[in-house]
Amino acid sequence: MSDSQIAVEQHGPELLHHFVDAEQQRDAASLGMWLFLATEIMFFGGMFCAYLIYRYWYYNEFAAGSRSIDLKWGTINTAVLICSSLTVALGVRAAQMGKRKLLVVLLLLTIVFGLTFLGIKGLEWYTKFEEHHIPGHSFNASDLEKPPYSNGGIDQQHEQIFFSLYFAMTGLHALHMIIGVGMFIFLTYYAWKGRYSPKYYTPIEMGGLYWHFVDIVWIYLFPLLYLIDRKPLG
Amino acid sequence: MSEHILSSKLYYAIWIMLLVLTVVTALVARVDLGPFNTIVALVIATFKALLVVLFFMHVKYTSEKLTKMVIVAAVFWLLLLLALSMADYTTRLLS
Repeated sequence: MSDSQIAVEQHGPELLHHFVDAEQQRDAASLGMWLFLATEIMFFGGMFCAYLIYRYWYYNEFAAGSRSIDLKWGTINTAVLICSSLTVALGVRAAQMGKRKLLVVLLLLTIVFGLTFLGIKGLEWYTKFEEHHIPGHSFNASDLEKPPYSNGGIDQQHEQIFFSLYFAMTGLHALHMIIGVGMFIFLTYYAWKGRYSPKYYTPIEMGGLYWHFVDIVWIYLFPLLYLIDRKPLG
Repeated sequence: MSEHILSSKLYYAIWIMLLVLTVVTALVARVDLGPFNTIVALVIATFKALLVVLFFMHVKYTSEKLTKMVIVAAVFWLLLLLALSMADYTTRLLS
């Protein structure tokens, strides 16, 4: 029996046959994941750039729009997402220690936190729908208070740009959350089946990196969308 | 990448700090600091992001230099995108 046959027979998820050892395999997976996250930073970066330019041009409309978003729900949702990041971090730790049941429980908790976030986000969007703050044919922002320092009124077209960016950015973030929750459903199933061990938990770790990244995007979205101008009026 | 298993106490401490900073940033936004409101909000957000990257994402404990280089490069490209775009738009006379 030749060496290559032995190698093929021995390979499993713990060590695929084109890697020298488990550490090299883990490093490769980690580097690949970070490269993917780098492309994600640029993906969101384009939106942040558009946001920055329009905020610079139409600050009054951005401030007025930001005031109309519910700060209470935004803060609660930030806390929910931070809790989900904790459960993921503890989940990776449970996987490292080979605690299968704890890992499953923590992954399920993460899914629950993720769905809670999406539910609250959906409620916020529904409120905006009722207030006619969704850009389009029936858009109407005449109910927004104009900031005391603005000379003119609120330009409806410019206000639509704020809400377009609000929905695009929170929508793209929510899409990442939905993908993340879907991913964790698979990971929970395989964790329950006992696929992960202290020797091999790369998918849990990579899933964790993705989830933390989505958390960081929200950490920036929260002040940029909700906290543009919350100073008391008058 | 090392196989450090961090203490769960550390994770709980980071979690508490992130929650406290979230409340702080929401409360500080209500105080009139002039242009510093935005700066304070972004500094707090960046500090929170650093906590997540260094501890939850284990970057503080990784021995892999290539990973750190990818992160620094990604942030650098993002700042390049934002800074050069704004250098254009803030220096136009007509807008």
